[in-house]
Amino acid sequence: MAKQTKQDNTHLTTPTQLTGAEIVWATLVGEGVTTVFGYPGGAILPVYDALRKFPIHHVLVRHEQGAAHMADGFARASGKVGVAMATSGPGATNLVTGIATAMLDSIPMVCITGNVSSKVLGTDAFQEVDITGITLPVTKHNFLVSRAEDIAPALRQAFQIAQSGRPGPVLVDITKDAQQAKALFDFEAAKPKPYRPHPMLGFNDAGLEKAAELIRNSKRPVILAGHGVMESGAMEQVRSLAERAQIPVALTLLGLGGFPASHPLNLGMMGMHGEAWVNDSIQNADLLIACGMRFDDRVTGTLSSYALNAKKIHIEIDPAEVNKNVKVDVGLIGDLRNVLEELLPRVGGRDGSAWLKTIDASKGESAVRDIKNIPDSGHLYAAHVMHDLWKLTGGDAVVATDVGQHQMWEAQYFHHEKPRTLVTSGGLGTMGFALPAAIGAKFGCPDKEVWVIAGDGGFQMTAAELATIVQEKIKINIAIINNGYLGMVRQWQEFFYEGNYQSTPLVSPDFVKLADAHGIAGATVRTRKELDEAVEKARATDGPFLLNILVEKADSVYPMIPAGSALHEMILRPRKKNPLIETAEDE
Amino acid sequence: MVHTFVAYVEDIPGVLTRVASLFRRLNINIQSLTVGGSERPGLSRLTLVCESSGEASHRIRASLFKLENVVDVDDIAQAPSVTRELALIKVAVTAQTRSQVFELVEVFRARIVDLTSESLMIEMTGVESKIEGLIEILKASDCRILELCRSGKMTMRRGHHTSGVLRALGAKSNEEVVAGAIAGGESD
Repeated sequence: MAKQTKQDNTHLTTPTQLTGAEIVWATLVGEGVTTVFGYPGGAILPVYDALRKFPIHHVLVRHEQGAAHMADGFARASGKVGVAMATSGPGATNLVTGIATAMLDSIPMVCITGNVSSKVLGTDAFQEVDITGITLPVTKHNFLVSRAEDIAPALRQAFQIAQSGRPGPVLVDITKDAQQAKALFDFEAAKPKPYRPHPMLGFNDAGLEKAAELIRNSKRPVILAGHGVMESGAMEQVRSLAERAQIPVALTLLGLGGFPASHPLNLGMMGMHGEAWVNDSIQNADLLIACGMRFDDRVTGTLSSYALNAKKIHIEIDPAEVNKNVKVDVGLIGDLRNVLEELLPRVGGRDGSAWLKTIDASKGESAVRDIKNIPDSGHLYAAHVMHDLWKLTGGDAVVATDVGQHQMWEAQYFHHEKPRTLVTSGGLGTMGFALPAAIGAKFGCPDKEVWVIAGDGGFQMTAAELATIVQEKIKINIAIINNGYLGMVRQWQEFFYEGNYQSTPLVSPDFVKLADAHGIAGATVRTRKELDEAVEKARATDGPFLLNILVEKADSVYPMIPAGSALHEMILRPRKKNPLIETAEDE
Repeated sequence: MVHTFVAYVEDIPGVLTRVASLFRRLNINIQSLTVGGSERPGLSRLTLVCESSGEASHRIRASLFKLENVVDVDDIAQAPSVTRELALIKVAVTAQTRSQVFELVEVFRARIVDLTSESLMIEMTGVESKIEGLIEILKASDCRILELCRSGKMTMRRGHHTSGVLRALGAKSNEEVVAGAIAGGESD
């Protein structure tokens, strides 16, 4: 092959004889990839050997799960395709949790794994595993490539599939002999056929007209905005619809940021830990306009009692999601932005003031119970931490959360104004997601302030990636919400298992010392007063900073809809002097 | 209710796993699955029969289309169609009982395709009920069934129709084809 330097991209314009390994990188360069998260090993070594010739930055992770989460965080924060790489066998299986996380949340991601030589495929060779078989149900598609000439077409198609329609992860498994063999690399010729839109996509004038009519005639409409708002880039369109017809907007967890938190029509998050007035307004609505969301069980509660009085319009890009959980009256199956652009001209002004007043009036009761309004008792509540973090960062940071209580408090008290500022595992609920996802997000948005908010449990699942932060010299702030418990499980045990706290109390290392061992500065926070100072110090420090925030041990997330209950059957924060002494029987 | 899907899929390794895996994931048992060549080069045609709720068919079809290697999916539902199954039945016979089987084969319009002194093989195509009818009669007779092999169902719509499968081929719609559907042969 021609001698290539890091600046030389001639292989993209002139067909060149390259090894399969070189074709991998050349194709990635052609697809616009600048960063790959990965971990080398025997079956992917030819690819790693060829990396030095190409202008791509490789981030060495500490565990392949971290690579997948980083690629995922990169994609969520930047909107581009994230790329993860691993070797065969255990390297590949370690990716699986990260791939499933991306699948459940429709994240565009390409994972590249090495595999044993095609001559020994299926013989239980050393570090051989059937990764295409294993990942079949958790990828949008996957490829097993055993010839060098097939690498570029497979990879290019993988990028197309990952980003098109409803996005998702794609895995490309490449045998070692394919990496070593030579083939003619022709980037243009490897271009996939035009993407075939799902044949069942479709919305016609009649559907749009019916939707417009339902909106016109509704008295108590609510827009349910989900992750599709971001994926489709329909923020403006959703806002136009809400403002034009004066319709309040409720958001799913992954929809947060898709509609400004400060907007007067923003109700907040719906679902299991959504505010009471949000869920009540859904239950009392006469029309739901679902935009890019899939009526997940955490959002609907029991389906048999979900929004029984409401007509439903479902605007969704995946035909398999329409009528899956909730029967809808109008299904507009297509890209949310396109559909809304067609729908908007048919929607006129509407007076929504009576309904908005009703909702506003119902907020009072919840506000009384809001922890923000409880007098300072010297306790440090996680909710306070979220609120203060939001205030101090000006709400402009990218926040990657883990899974559990802190995730819900973040969603309730950190108000996201802009899309792609909350990076969180919604569908799969993957603990250990926050730290690696934040690293990926930082590479996706290098100029943004990035915060990890994790619990003491989840943080320890992927804490090894602290070393990755140091090796990559990146600035990330970490807030560990440390309550000494696997908090959300503890809460369920308190509410539903008679306070039998089996296996939830958690002994953790001294996180500040752990950070110190990595060369990361840190501080422990015990009171609300200390918090302000510590957050400012973290932000002002050039390098990464870790805050070990010791919060109330036995606090619970309110309100809560017990699994299997109706959306309006919420457990509310008890009205007692000490809000920590409570039982499920409280109201 | 029983659903019948006809799908065109790419003829490459792993595609059948992807299709089967979808049904496994939905916890739906596949009652019958036949795969073979089609009129379209590089594409296999499969007929899949399963039992699930009436509403499930939309989701199954939509989910099948989401598989990258699936090119076309037709939900036959209650549409006029021809469904056939092939059965090979090996029956133990003696010189005394052989003629009895010959008679049955004649009545069921099946064929004898192999004959030895101790056994014979019956080939039969037809609808499920007809094949089961022959099996029942054979079981009730003096002749023991030694081996039984059923192909599973193959389904094709009658006449021209407007499904995506035919539209993709450039076929005309039902309205354009006058009296295209001639209901010949056995009726279902």
